[in-house]
Amino acid sequence: MHDFLFKPFHDMTESDYAAVGFTSGLEIHQQLLTSKKLFCRCPAGRYSDRYDAEILRHMRPTLSELGEYDGTALMEFKTKKNIIYRINRDTVCTYEMDDTPPFEINEEALDIALGIGIMYGCDLVDELHIARKQYLDGSIPTGFQRTAIFSLDGKIPFKGRDVRVVQMSIEEDSCREVSDIGHQRVYLTDRLGMPLIETVTGPDMKTPYEVAEVAELCRWMARSTGKVRTGIGAARQDVNVSVTGGTRVEIKGVPRIPHIPLLTYNEAMRQWNLLRLRDELHRRDITADSFQASTESVTKLLRKTRYLPLENALASGMIVNCVVLRGFRDLLRWQTQTDTYFSKEISDRVRVIACLTTLPNILHSDSPSESVSTAEWQSIKKAVSATDDDTLVLVWGSEQDAVMGAKEIIIRAKEATIGIPSETRQALRDGTNGFERILPGADRMYPDTDLPPKRITDERRDRIRATLPLDYWNRGDRYRKLGVPEDLIQSLSVSRFAALFETLIAGLQIMPKLAATLLIQYPKRLKREGLDPLISDEMMMNIVRGYKEGKIPKDGLYFLLKKAVRNGSYGDHLLPPPCSTTELQQTIQKAVAGLDGVTIHHHDKRREIVMGIVMNALRGRVDATTVREHIDREVLV
Amino acid sequence: MSSNDLYKGYRGEALDTLKNFDAPIWSDVEITTETGTFKGIILPRSETADPHHVVLKLRVGYNIGIAAKRIRSITISGRKEAHYKIPEKEFPYDPKKPNVKLLGTGGTIASRLDYRTGAVIPAFSPGELYGSVPELADICNLETEKLYGVFSENMGPEQWKGTAEAIAREIKKGAHGIVIGHGTDTMHHTAAILSFMVQNSPVPIVMVGSQRSSDRPSSDAALNLMHSVKTAAESDIAEVMVCMFGPTSDEYGLLHRGTRVRKMHSSYRSTFRTIGDIPIAMVGREFIKPLRQDYKRRRSDTDVILNAAFEEMVAIVYYYPNMRPDILDSLIDNNYKGIIIAGTGLGHVNKPLYPALKRAQEKNIAVYMTVQTLWGYVQMYVYDTGRDMMDLGVVPTANMLPEVAYMKLGWALGQTSDLEKVKEIMLTPIAGEITEREPSNGYLIFQGGVPEVEEFISKYRK
Repeated sequence: MHDFLFKPFHDMTESDYAAVGFTSGLEIHQQLLTSKKLFCRCPAGRYSDRYDAEILRHMRPTLSELGEYDGTALMEFKTKKNIIYRINRDTVCTYEMDDTPPFEINEEALDIALGIGIMYGCDLVDELHIARKQYLDGSIPTGFQRTAIFSLDGKIPFKGRDVRVVQMSIEEDSCREVSDIGHQRVYLTDRLGMPLIETVTGPDMKTPYEVAEVAELCRWMARSTGKVRTGIGAARQDVNVSVTGGTRVEIKGVPRIPHIPLLTYNEAMRQWNLLRLRDELHRRDITADSFQASTESVTKLLRKTRYLPLENALASGMIVNCVVLRGFRDLLRWQTQTDTYFSKEISDRVRVIACLTTLPNILHSDSPSESVSTAEWQSIKKAVSATDDDTLVLVWGSEQDAVMGAKEIIIRAKEATIGIPSETRQALRDGTNGFERILPGADRMYPDTDLPPKRITDERRDRIRATLPLDYWNRGDRYRKLGVPEDLIQSLSVSRFAALFETLIAGLQIMPKLAATLLIQYPKRLKREGLDPLISDEMMMNIVRGYKEGKIPKDGLYFLLKKAVRNGSYGDHLLPPPCSTTELQQTIQKAVAGLDGVTIHHHDKRREIVMGIVMNALRGRVDATTVREHIDREVLV
Repeated sequence: MSSNDLYKGYRGEALDTLKNFDAPIWSDVEITTETGTFKGIILPRSETADPHHVVLKLRVGYNIGIAAKRIRSITISGRKEAHYKIPEKEFPYDPKKPNVKLLGTGGTIASRLDYRTGAVIPAFSPGELYGSVPELADICNLETEKLYGVFSENMGPEQWKGTAEAIAREIKKGAHGIVIGHGTDTMHHTAAILSFMVQNSPVPIVMVGSQRSSDRPSSDAALNLMHSVKTAAESDIAEVMVCMFGPTSDEYGLLHRGTRVRKMHSSYRSTFRTIGDIPIAMVGREFIKPLRQDYKRRRSDTDVILNAAFEEMVAIVYYYPNMRPDILDSLIDNNYKGIIIAGTGLGHVNKPLYPALKRAQEKNIAVYMTVQTLWGYVQMYVYDTGRDMMDLGVVPTANMLPEVAYMKLGWALGQTSDLEKVKEIMLTPIAGEITEREPSNGYLIFQGGVPEVEEFISKYRK
């Protein structure tokens, strides 16, 4: 059975994760850097909370292409939500409102996507078929996302092995949720329709840390193309987690990669503890077949309650239902995640499906605390003929919602006898996760009859391939061998100067370390100094040529670059007058004289101090080696 | 199964490849190409798609196309044929509820995917409707009958007559209301002709369709169906109406008089508008709110009058500057019996057309004038041009919409070839196609960008 007990997050070891059979895969969503949206010509990447109009829609489930209903779709239909879309006329047209059919796919976006597919070594499809993936939560006004697989079967080199890239799709982004209270959910539509790619990896990561590492790798790889968006929300990942005997559960929309380890740890713990809960239920002879539960209205018994949430609910005409879970005593207190218990699984379902969004939305007899009085529990217990072995769960709301709530409590409790339900869960700030919806399956796919299939020609692949940094995966190793400083390797790998770097070291015979410093470190330093460097390849080349021709000393490169950035371009007029030997000697003598009367504790540092003063005075006009030679001669001889 | 069905939609090298590996559609396969392997089900292919690709449904539900020339082998492990079927449930019967008859002519009010064309084709059965919109059973007892299954552009005189006859038959049999499922493109044409063919109806006759096919989660089909069925079952408006979305939001529908309604946007949900007047009523899930009182009321008799006549040789000509007489001449030479002109402004065409108009007059062809501005009246007496044309036999039709005038002229000529009688029929309003006055709120096209309009839009859901 499931004897292993989860340790605190920081005490878990690799072998602990192996013991529970932790596996995890990623679905990485990355927005593409295009000027327009994917299926209409609205501007991309313009966000604003301002809106001019609202529209109201409802969603109904429809059949998949193979003639089946999807479980999630039916769940969302049960919620009967009013979906409100906020429309900003500058960023949304009648396409996003689902009042105009799609326009042809944005070719720029498709090119970028295909390029990234090639970089993962995927097989590109020969013909793109746009599908409708149903989303009945309303996050897309059509009720489906237009999406298409454009490549399959790639790989990410990772720690000497390959993490599989199962599939990649190009799709339109969804709305941003504003609020979800009761039966009303509100969305902003500005992000809707933005082009993004989804990269799905195999379940090949074996610890929570590996998941984060692979996510980082993918993020940097996408950035190396220079054609993806960066910033908040531009890259989001869904993480799939399962343990031995568990179920694939998807944690949606993890905004930051550093959150991944704790989130996946908690999900693994949740699954493991739910399996242990099942063991316990079976030990009590409660199985899917023998499971017993019933619901009764107890509104009248609680008429005089002093528990405020119930008092208020009853005052506004709501009803209270009591669900009896036979033989469940104490199990709603069963730990699932860090500081989280099985009652949360139930409360979440009630919140999402019965739309009882004001918390607490349930009360249960396993944690009586200071809510309903003992006398009230006793009278309820008697009225519903419960025994000490049972757990009572109260749920309150409008007649319709309270009935739906009671049904969901029973459904979720019964699922505990079977195992772990396939769910999509949302990442919470404390590193735990909560129920979002039933995990959708293949049944929610439907071909998009509005757009014909699109052929991807060999010419197109070749054209894209020619523009790609195909050596991306080998760059790190190569740079290391060339002697590029370790702290510059990652940045150089994804830099837009990566190609220029090769030109500099091969064509101009610049030392790799200097080239990397010039291309990566100097622009960063300029940025820190408040200059936003718009440095073109041409500017860099000109400066390096000046260096090769001896016009610029090595130690003058930074100052020249700074001047050129300020000037907008590089020209010889930016060069300072060269420093004559006489001037150098005079400057050294002056520096030495300046040190007279100054107490220097570490005498051996004297030379360094002089060096610093001179270099500063002759900024960029003379090379350090030359200065050093003169100092050696004049100061110490 | 014939070879065609086995490889539905495939042709050329893709067909040859599938045949070569003996892999018909719906085969569960593993396809190996020069670069990789793909597992999934071979789907039928749209006949309009190219002959170079095989369509595979992957396990995850996505479809992809694989170039036939790259396929090295296909291994078949099974077969999974799609059965696209809305769960059918028998529509419940409640003796206390009114009986509504839903007549289907086509359209996307209920539809499914057609693999042959890759497009959506209509599907229609009471069980399917109940399976997908169970709320209908709260309103009425529903019987359905599929008259036709055509896209609305393929509706014609035969279907119009057949539909009118079916309506009259169902009313005589005691239906409390009639709903007609119809494609939206020509719904207003059919609404107009039914207004003429079926007169003195004792019950509501409600036309309905959808702008987003019912295979989409955000389709307007379900709500339109609920609204139309509610109207047919409960309203006291015994007229031919079009029932479609008022705003684009899922808020309420509008009931438009069949002779004053027009599709005004190629894709919006709220595409139908009453022109030159206001709609008869608003309809929601829980209410029917009349906006006017001058409609014909529901009665308990079954005294409907059917007059299903139509002359097919009628044309509509949309005038444009620089139009040459040969356009009219060709109609005259082809023995057309009636012509509706949609003229400019108050109802004008250019002088070069005059000789052709004279020829039409001499050949006893009925020529009627409407306005392409849609709103407003034909007033041919204002300018000389109009007076000249009236002398050439062109008859103004007041504020009848061009498409409505077209349907009415076909109907009138179907009954008589005596042009005086035709004129009497044309100019005597039967179902609101000509109104004596245009109310000031009969012409409202709000102009976006204007501050007061923007203020209005920000307050009410679009």
